[in-house]
Amino acid sequence: MSRDHILHKVRTALGRSAGQAVEAPPTPWIKIPEVSMDARLEQFCKALEALNGKTLVAGSKEEARQYAGTLLQNRTAIASNAPFLAACGIHTIPGVLTGIIDRVALRDACAGCDVGITSADYALADTGTLVLLSSPEEARMISLLPPVHLAVVPRDRLLTGLDELLTVLPVPSQRSSSMVFITGPSRTADIEQILVRGVHGPGETHVVWV
Amino acid sequence: MNPIPEQKIHDTLANANLQLAIYDATARLMHKRRTALDNPLAADFEAWREQANRIKRHTIENLDHYLEQLEQNLVHNGGKVIWARDATEAADFILKLAKDNNALRLVKSKSMTTEEIDLNERLEHHRLDVVETDLGEYILQLAHQRPYHIVAPALHMTRYQVADIFTERLGVAREVVIEKQTMIARAKLREKFLTADIGITGANFLIADSGAVVVVENEGNARLSSSAPRIQIAVAGLEKLIPRAQDLAIFLKILGRSATGQPLTVYTSFLAGPRRAGEIDGPEQFYLVLVDNGRTRVLADRDKRQALYCIRCGACLNHCPVYRKIGGHNYPWVYSGPIGAILSPLFHGVTEDPWLPSASSLCGACGEVCPVKIEIPKILLELRNDVVKAKQREGSGKLERWAFRIWAFFMRHPKLYEMAGMAAPAILPEASGGAWIQSVALPLRIGPLARWLSQRDLPPPAARSFRQQWRERRRQA
Ligand code: SF4
Repeated sequence: MSRDHILHKVRTALGRSAGQAVEAPPTPWIKIPEVSMDARLEQFCKALEALNGKTLVAGSKEEARQYAGTLLQNRTAIASNAPFLAACGIHTIPGVLTGIIDRVALRDACAGCDVGITSADYALADTGTLVLLSSPEEARMISLLPPVHLAVVPRDRLLTGLDELLTVLPVPSQRSSSMVFITGPSRTADIEQILVRGVHGPGETHVVWV
Repeated sequence: MNPIPEQKIHDTLANANLQLAIYDATARLMHKRRTALDNPLAADFEAWREQANRIKRHTIENLDHYLEQLEQNLVHNGGKVIWARDATEAADFILKLAKDNNALRLVKSKSMTTEEIDLNERLEHHRLDVVETDLGEYILQLAHQRPYHIVAPALHMTRYQVADIFTERLGVAREVVIEKQTMIARAKLREKFLTADIGITGANFLIADSGAVVVVENEGNARLSSSAPRIQIAVAGLEKLIPRAQDLAIFLKILGRSATGQPLTVYTSFLAGPRRAGEIDGPEQFYLVLVDNGRTRVLADRDKRQALYCIRCGACLNHCPVYRKIGGHNYPWVYSGPIGAILSPLFHGVTEDPWLPSASSLCGACGEVCPVKIEIPKILLELRNDVVKAKQREGSGKLERWAFRIWAFFMRHPKLYEMAGMAAPAILPEASGGAWIQSVALPLRIGPLARWLSQRDLPPPAARSFRQQWRERRRQA
């Protein structure tokens, strides 16, 4: 069997025997800076805007809903089942599709919509990154198929960076089959190194902090 | 034993447009990396490199342990691990899976490991529709070419060439505006994503403690490949392991910055098995194909197994004066540049392409930029040594051995050495105005030095040798 054959070759090459104990790996390099929430918000917005993302720090849920309402004018949209979106009243904006739980139906709906609306499980301030875990509340396709992605996120989910995230979630696979980091709009520079946005994923990213 | 592809290299050097394209693209990538490293966020970069090297060393030295741990956790997450000794075993598994599931269309995101095992050709041979979805790879697939660069596969192509390829292969009206070309590809590929049965991705990292595959990208095609079809297959080399999800913190930070100067790429997917109960979308089946294909051979070489630390960032290519002249298609295998000059002989044996370890000026730039601190120049030197030893075993290195014996003899006899030196100006005619010699005496140009001299000249010998001058100074003092 190839499995045993390969493992045997690996062990022979390394001079190890099956089940031989292993020294502890080097301690992970984790460094979490002290950054106030206001400074984090500023960092996040600056980092995302540098990548051509749009940001808004909203004073209230109502303000977030208004921003979404303006963005959605004359556009079709699909929203995830995140309770926070419902709490902001996003689901009741006219033209917003929500509540789809069939895999194929959802995919086809996403492929036909102009805007995908999600919340986020976490966000990383230093790089302007959204962190989304796949769950009954958040599907993978909504932040991926429509040409515009809008995320509406409560500010207490904003972490300083990757190091803090991996401290909060040391083994992400215990939570979900999929965790994705989204740092700005989809882009490519494959032809003559010229930057083009929106190649496969959304070309526009909006993040509203509540 | 393959000779150096002299004609192809000459063609590359003579192609001014291509030279400019390679030079520009690599210069831009170097600049982006530099800018990212000058940012205060990367103040710990040197410490990250050191840590990355330590983690990789630890993992590779205990690889069997981590492979088993990965498998156990991935199975716990509902996935399956397929161990493939070589390209055939990997392709056979995918073919059988496609057949069992009546799958005809496969979408694929960028993966050097699948290039290495010629996966597309093998699948296409069995009439499967395999579509590359990374923009650069898509263009190359249409043009039937292999990647020019690990990170920027279509680095050598101009928009006009892309326009020709699209017109010819996709039947669209000729389009030379890059944005519009990108949108043509988006539309064509979108349809493929929504109708594919199987998605194939590579893996940048395999996480042992999580049973997960990590894929980084900028376009979103790897996310689509892994999440839109009902079956996901990740194909990865054994060496991609790291012990813990927490180690990703530094590996993601060094990878993005070294490759394209990004603190994080646009998308990083951490994928751990098929869709779970309650999750709305994601694949129903999840497979990881673990590929050996020569890696255990490299592992057996204690001094050089560090080549397996490579995270395929491409920085050593961008900084290599040889890659920047001869480009990516003159290397014998899918891996080009300094890392290619190491991996090819390590995987296939030094006698296959004995010239390869010498395709380096040993300037050391590759080793300086490598984010996991692989001692590339040192390995190149050791490989040169191996080449000479292999030649000696075959008895083909005789001429070289004699040349060095004669040289050693002269070195040990300073008087004779000096006399030989005095004879040199007789063979090497004086240059006009102290410039480099334009024409070296005929006997040298047809001898073993001929190839070397076809690209270079010798400096004129000094009127008075160092030894003469030394003696004169001593006398004056
Ligand atoms: S050898 Fe080092 S610099 Fe070169 S591609 Fe691999 S990781 Fe990057």
